[in-house]
Amino acid sequence: MGSRASTLLREEEIEEIKKETGFSHSQITRLYSRFTSLDKGENGTLSREDFQRIPELAINPLGDRIINAFFPEGEDQVNFRGFMRTLAHFRPIEDNEKNKNAAPSEPLNSRTNKLLFAFRLYDLDRDDKISRDELLQVLRMMVGVNISDEQLGSIADRTIQEADTNGDNSISFNEFMKVLEKVDVEQKMSIRFLH
Amino acid sequence: MGRLCILGVRGRTAWCTLLLLLCCSGGDCESETRTPGPTDIQGVKPFHNEPQPQPFPEEEKANMPVFTMDYSRIQVPFEFTLWVLLASFAKIGFHIYHKITIWIPESCLLICIGLIVGGIMHSVKEKPPAVLSSDVFFLYMLPPIVLDSGYFMPTRPFFENVGTVLWYAVVGSLWNSVGIGMSLFAICQIEAFGVQDINLQENLLFASIISAVDPVAALCVFEDISVNEQIYIVIFGEGLFNDAVTVVLYNMFSYVADIPAVESVDVFLGVARFCVVSLGGLLFGVLFGIVAAFTTRFTHNSRQIEPLFVFMYSYLAYLVAELFAISSVLIITCAITMKYYVEENVSQRSCTTIRHVVKVLASISETLIFFFLGVVTITTEHEWNWAYILFTLLFAFIWRGLGILVLTQIINPFRTIPFSFKDQFGLAYSGLRGAVCFALVFTLPDTINRRKLFVTASIAIIFFTVFIQGISIRPIVEYMNIRRSNNEKYNINMEIHSRTMEHIVSGIEDLCGQWSHYYWKDKFKKFNDRILRRILLRDSRAESSIVSLYKKLELQSAIEMLDTPMGDLSAAPSVVSLHDEMKEASRPKKKFPTADVRNMHNILAKNMYKIRQKTLAYTNKYKLPDESRTREILIRRHSSIRRSLRASSFRDPLSENIPKSQRYYSLQPGSDLESAFALRRRSHGAGGSSTRSAIPLSPIKERSPGPAPHRTPTVQQSEDEEGAMPHVWSWPWMRVGPDTMNYRIYG
Repeated sequence: MGSRASTLLREEEIEEIKKETGFSHSQITRLYSRFTSLDKGENGTLSREDFQRIPELAINPLGDRIINAFFPEGEDQVNFRGFMRTLAHFRPIEDNEKNKNAAPSEPLNSRTNKLLFAFRLYDLDRDDKISRDELLQVLRMMVGVNISDEQLGSIADRTIQEADTNGDNSISFNEFMKVLEKVDVEQKMSIRFLH
Repeated sequence: MGRLCILGVRGRTAWCTLLLLLCCSGGDCESETRTPGPTDIQGVKPFHNEPQPQPFPEEEKANMPVFTMDYSRIQVPFEFTLWVLLASFAKIGFHIYHKITIWIPESCLLICIGLIVGGIMHSVKEKPPAVLSSDVFFLYMLPPIVLDSGYFMPTRPFFENVGTVLWYAVVGSLWNSVGIGMSLFAICQIEAFGVQDINLQENLLFASIISAVDPVAALCVFEDISVNEQIYIVIFGEGLFNDAVTVVLYNMFSYVADIPAVESVDVFLGVARFCVVSLGGLLFGVLFGIVAAFTTRFTHNSRQIEPLFVFMYSYLAYLVAELFAISSVLIITCAITMKYYVEENVSQRSCTTIRHVVKVLASISETLIFFFLGVVTITTEHEWNWAYILFTLLFAFIWRGLGILVLTQIINPFRTIPFSFKDQFGLAYSGLRGAVCFALVFTLPDTINRRKLFVTASIAIIFFTVFIQGISIRPIVEYMNIRRSNNEKYNINMEIHSRTMEHIVSGIEDLCGQWSHYYWKDKFKKFNDRILRRILLRDSRAESSIVSLYKKLELQSAIEMLDTPMGDLSAAPSVVSLHDEMKEASRPKKKFPTADVRNMHNILAKNMYKIRQKTLAYTNKYKLPDESRTREILIRRHSSIRRSLRASSFRDPLSENIPKSQRYYSLQPGSDLESAFALRRRSHGAGGSSTRSAIPLSPIKERSPGPAPHRTPTVQQSEDEEGAMPHVWSWPWMRVGPDTMNYRIYG
C-alpha cells in the first residue's frame, strides 16, 4: 500500500500541493495513502459513497454536509487535489505564518477561510446568507429529540437577532465573523496532522 | 409522587427485611420437620399384637402430612436468590429518585444497604453466610466482571492509548504498592503505635492489596461532566489492568511473606514470573478468543446456542488461566478478540442476548460484592488501630498523587495529546478502591497474624475513598470546569457555532483516519483482512449478487423504521419554498427576556449532541451502551434519503425547482440507477478491502422473515419507476434487524 502510493503520486504533484496547501511531504504521502484506501473504485477520484463508507461520518450529525463540502458545485467526484484543498482548511496556523500579511492570496487555512468553511456548511444555496430555515435545519440535525419545533424556532430567532446587524433577518458572512470574533477559531478548526 | 415512591421503597425494604428475618430464623426450621412427636406413637398400637421392632412406627399410623417444610434442602440457593433480589430491589429503589444517583455513586448506595442488612443480622445474632471464601470469589464472582469489562471495552480509543494505559496500570501499581509498603513499614518501626510485629513482606502485601483501583464510581461521575476521552480511557484501562497487576503482586508477596528471608534470586524470579503471568494471560485470552470466533463460524444452523459459546469459552479461558496461575484478569483479551469476530458471525438476536446477559451477570457480581462488604463490615470483629489506619489513608492518597504526577511527566512527551494538570488531578482523585481490594483482603490466609487489622484497614480505606472521594469528585470537577467557562461572555451564537465547528473537526478527523500508531494499525489491518477474517468469519467478502439482495432488504427495513413513531425526528424542515422565505422576512422582531435566553442556553447545553470525543457509548458500567443518539442520527438520514427519493421521482420541469437545500442529501436528485449501481458492483468485485470501514456484508438469508421475499418485486418496481437508487445500503457496516430497532455499528 505504501509503495503503491508513492509511485502513483509524482514528485511534481507533491510539490504543487505543498505550495498550494502548505502540508509537508510526509503528510501529503500519508493522506494520499488514506485517499487511495478510501477509493474503492480505484479510478483516482472519490465519490460520495466512498465517503459514506466511513462509519464515524455516518453517525456524525453533520456528516452529510461535511461530505458535501468536498465536492465542488455540481460535481460528483473529487480528485486528490480537491481532497487536499479541502483538508488544507484544517491545517493549524503556525506561528511564522501569522505574521505573513503580505501573502498574495490568503492561505487556505487562514482564520477567514476556516470560518468560510463553517459558513458554507450552513449556507447551502450559496447566497452568502444564512437564512432562518437554513439555521433551523442545522440546529435540528444537532439536537436530540427532546426539543420541540417551537423551542428550536425561538432559539433560531434569537441566534439571528444576536448576529444580524443590518436587519435582513439572516446572517451574512461578515456578521458571522463578527459574532465569532471572541472564539478561538484557529484552535477549534484545526487538526493535528501527524508527521 | 416522590414521597409515595419513597414510601414504596421503604415498604419494600421492610418487606425484605422481614423475609430476611425469616431466612435467618430459617436455620432453625430444619429441626421442626422431624418431630412427629414420640407421644403420638404411644396411643396408637392396636394393630400390632406382637412387640415387633418397629423402626418407624409413626410411618404407619401418623396421618399423611398435609403440609411439610424442608428448609435445609433449599437453604443455599434460597438465600442466594434472596440476597440477589434484595440487592436488585435496592437498585430499583435508587433509580426511582433520580437525584440520588447523580450525587451519590451506586457503589455507595449498595454498601449502605449492605450495612443496614448487616446491622439487622448482627442484632439478631446471625452470622453472615460463609460463602465469601477465596474460591467463591475468584471462581464465581470475578469472571463475570472480567467478561463485562472486556466485552464492553471501547477498543479503538483503548488501542490508541494502550501504551499510556499500561504505563499507568503496571508502573503505577508497582509504584503505589512499593511506596505505601515502605512507608507503612517505616511507620511500624515507631514503637508508640504498637504495630511493630508487622514485617516488611506483610506490609508490602497489604500495600499491594490496597493499591487496586476500581474506577466504577469515578466513571459514573465523569459521564455527566466533560471529561475528555483520553482521561476516560486511561481510568477505565488502568482500573482493568490494575486488577491484574494487583493479583499478581498479591500472589507474589503472599508467597514471599511465608519465606523468612528474601534473596535477590527471588526478586529476579518474581519479575520473571510477572512477565510470564501477564504475557501468558494475554496470549491465552487471544487464543481462546480465536477459537470461539472460529466456532461461531459454523453456527448458522443452530442459532439458539450461539450465546452459549461466548460464555463457555470465556469461562473456560478463565479457568485454564487459574489452573496455570496466570493472571485471569488478562483474559479480557479473550472477550475483546471474541467480540470483534463473533458479532459478525452471529445473528442479531444472539448478539443482543449476549450483551444483556453479560451485563446482568456482571451487575449481579458487583452488587453482591459491595453488599457483602457492607454486611461483613458490621459482623466481623475489627481490630482498630488509629495510627496504622490513618497513615494508610494518608499514604495511599499521597502516593497516588505523586505517582500520577511523576508518571505523567515522564509519559507526556510521548503522547500526541498531553495531559494537563486538570486531567492529572482528575486521574489522581478518581483512585477509588473497590471490589477486588475487598475480596483480596478477605481471603488473606490466617497465618498472617495481624489479619484483622488489615481487614479493618482495607474496609476503612474503601469506605473513605468510595464515600468521600466518590461523592466529592463531582462538585470539584464541576467547579473546575465552571471556573473556566465563566470567564467568557458566551452568547448563543458562539455556543451553536462552536459546537458545529467541533462536529466538523471531529468529522474531518475521522475522515483522515487519524491514528497515532498508524504503522502498527495498518499492519494489523492487513493481517486481519488477509488471514484472520478469511478463517474466522463466515463471509468475509461481499459478493455482488448479495449486494442487490441486501439493498432491497435494507430499503425495506428503512421503510419499516420510518413507519414506527419516533417523535418528531423526520420533521426536519427540509423543503423550503420561496413563499415561506418571504414570510419570514416580514415577521416582526420578537423580544427575548433574559430568563428566556438563559433557558435557551440550558436547553442547548443539555440537548446538543456532544462530539464523539466527549461522549462515549460505554460511559456507564451498569448500563448497556447507549446508542440512542446514533440511532436518532441514522433515522434522520434514512428519512432524508426517503424524502430525496420521493422528490426525485418527479422527473419533469418541476425538478428544476427542487430547492437547493436538498443538495445536502447524499443522493443527487435525478441521478440514475445504472451508473451508481455499476460503480458499486465494480467496487465490491475489486478484491479485499483494506480500510476498516469496508466491513463485509453477511448473508441475510436467515435474517429475513417470510414477508421479505414477496415484497422485493414491488420494491424493485418502485425503484425502476423512481429511477433513483436509494443509497441506504451504502452503509454496509450497519445491520438493521427486522425485529427491533437495533443498530449495530461496527468500527
